[in-house]
Amino acid sequence: MKIHEYQAKEIIRKYGVAIPKGEVAFSIGEAVKAAEKIGGSRWVVKAQIHAGGRGKGGGVKLADSPEDVREKAGEILGMRLVTHQTGPEGRIVRRLLVEQGIAIAKEMYVGITLDRQRSQNVVMASTEGGVEIEKVAAETPEKILKEYIDPMLGFQTFQARRLCFGLGLAGEALKNGVKFLLALSRAYDASDASLAEINPLVLTEEGHVLALDAKMNFEDNALFRHPEYESLRDIEEEDSFEVEASASNLNYIKLDGNVGCMVNGAGLAMATMDIIKIAGGMPANFLDVGGGANAQTVEAGFKIILKDPNVKAILINIFGGIVRCDRVAEGVVEAAKNVEVQIPIVIRLAGTNAELAAEILQKSGLRFLVARDLQDAAEQVTQAIAEL
Amino acid sequence: MSILVNKKTRLVVQGITGAEGTFHTKQMIEYGSFVVAGVTPGKGGTFYEGNEKDRFSKSIPIFNTVLEAVRKQRANTSIIFVPAAFAADAILEAADAGVKLIVAITEGIPVNDMVKVYEFIQKKKVRLVGPNCPGVITPGEAKIGIMPGFIHIPGPVGIISRSGTLTYETVDQLTRRGIGQSTCLGIGGDPIIGTRFLDAIKLFNRDKATKVIVMIGEIGGTAEEEAAEFIKAKVRKPVIGFIAGQTAPPGRRMGHAGAIISGGKGTAEEKMKAMRAAGIVIVENPALIGAAVENALKKTQRGKKGHGKGRASRMFSAAHKPSRKSKKLNP
Repeated sequence: MKIHEYQAKEIIRKYGVAIPKGEVAFSIGEAVKAAEKIGGSRWVVKAQIHAGGRGKGGGVKLADSPEDVREKAGEILGMRLVTHQTGPEGRIVRRLLVEQGIAIAKEMYVGITLDRQRSQNVVMASTEGGVEIEKVAAETPEKILKEYIDPMLGFQTFQARRLCFGLGLAGEALKNGVKFLLALSRAYDASDASLAEINPLVLTEEGHVLALDAKMNFEDNALFRHPEYESLRDIEEEDSFEVEASASNLNYIKLDGNVGCMVNGAGLAMATMDIIKIAGGMPANFLDVGGGANAQTVEAGFKIILKDPNVKAILINIFGGIVRCDRVAEGVVEAAKNVEVQIPIVIRLAGTNAELAAEILQKSGLRFLVARDLQDAAEQVTQAIAEL
Repeated sequence: MSILVNKKTRLVVQGITGAEGTFHTKQMIEYGSFVVAGVTPGKGGTFYEGNEKDRFSKSIPIFNTVLEAVRKQRANTSIIFVPAAFAADAILEAADAGVKLIVAITEGIPVNDMVKVYEFIQKKKVRLVGPNCPGVITPGEAKIGIMPGFIHIPGPVGIISRSGTLTYETVDQLTRRGIGQSTCLGIGGDPIIGTRFLDAIKLFNRDKATKVIVMIGEIGGTAEEEAAEFIKAKVRKPVIGFIAGQTAPPGRRMGHAGAIISGGKGTAEEKMKAMRAAGIVIVENPALIGAAVENALKKTQRGKKGHGKGRASRMFSAAHKPSRKSKKLNP
């Protein structure tokens, strides 16, 4: 689960991470009020969307008077912000973060995430802040300092010290840096985050260490422990198809092609997408109906797939293990009648009671194209589209 | 022979009285797996024969703790059907109780729980398969998992996979060709899993009954690359590989928590390149995995006999009792 920068900052602040003074604003008026409340003579107006690269896209602007804040907030609020992470369609900006301007002495990077290879969380720091950290990691991996978090001990002070010395901090800045890192790791751990990234982490001219930006993702499997996160969710930042699918317990991801796919199991769903492409088609979506492929899930699946106007045919690929294919077939027949699907449906059912299932489909009176195997299914569905 | 599970496996089911646990325990007993105990805290001392929907053919003693199941029933393997919120604790309990193998079926265990579990099982030297996996089956001997037993037949092919139904698809392609499996292992689709490709490959490499290894990977992580390095250096058996998610876009999680291309890492292309470089036969089309395995088997047959005639089907029965010749072939 993704959240906004201002929400991430509120969370890490509770654990003692230093952040600039700031306020969220949903309107231009609120932005001006926020600036007045924060005080000072310099402000930053930042677009709040669930994607990085906002500065380059024109979503972060400096202002040096409340009037200027009004102007900049007017420019950003409602704009369609396109960054390297939003895709070409961009995102409409609906929220702003207004912050005090900071006199920056040095920009650095710190991030905490899971290192899958070691099955441990890792704190990464780099003097190369403010840029794409993936690029730094690829081109100059020696500039990324790492400290692995012992699962039994947690992140230790000596590790924070090692990182801060590595960042070239000294004196007061070193003390502040150590405090910052320890607090950030506490926030990461306690909030069941899958990512806590501060880029840039800044050293101010006064020697403070601050999170100028903050990105935090929560781990989806741990959301049940944090009912309070529900209020942090911004549905407008999520794909409406995907929100609807997850409400029906389906795992759906929209893609660009025209072959709608409905499959049980994530691996088989990906493999089905792959074979469609090999057969000359393009998948319109990833859709995993999970273990219980019954009439309700199939119906919900049809509805979601058909909302995408690009879909010209549907391929259903179910490998019945514990799920019986005859039950799935009955479900498909019922769902197809309820939803009145007008486009070709190719069905491949394998595994438990597959023959019985084929019979049910053929006797249904509906025009299903029954495929005998994976290859045949992919060929039939691309053929069906070619004939349209 | 086989890996991890066989006729001697003495199974304790954690979460046996839940709906999932009951259903699959019935299936496992019917397959012939040796279920010796169940654990449901608070129901110790009773016997369980299933519920109204799923009746067992025998009565299973229930214990409050895994430790009792190990002591009184000599359970050496545990399978876990406990809900995600309590599953990490269940794995820790099994590891502490002294079973040798834990198969965690549960989906959705928080990653931070698994970070601690992973550390603990390293210390305890117990093998964990999963979580979020279909389990392990040695056809004809034991089914410790939720896979449909009937699609499997005994034979010479070892299968390791990150996904459930895609494993079934692979097994089905083999069985239809008359090619059996030594052991099939679903390692799970989560970012942190107990047994990785590398671990499973090592086991299959040592197993005399396994003549060909099939590796079904998917996008995300670097576990396939890690295994490829080992295969290049140490494995002489033919390995067939497939990577699901060749068409998956970066940054989008494809169902499995682990299946995500992030920071340009974990693409299918990268994985296939590393695997090819290790001498693994890469199948790009998932419908052709069975054919590729058949080819590889024919080649090993030819290699053994010194001429090109061997019909694949003939050697499958031979695979059950490995000959001295096969020992020489796979030192």
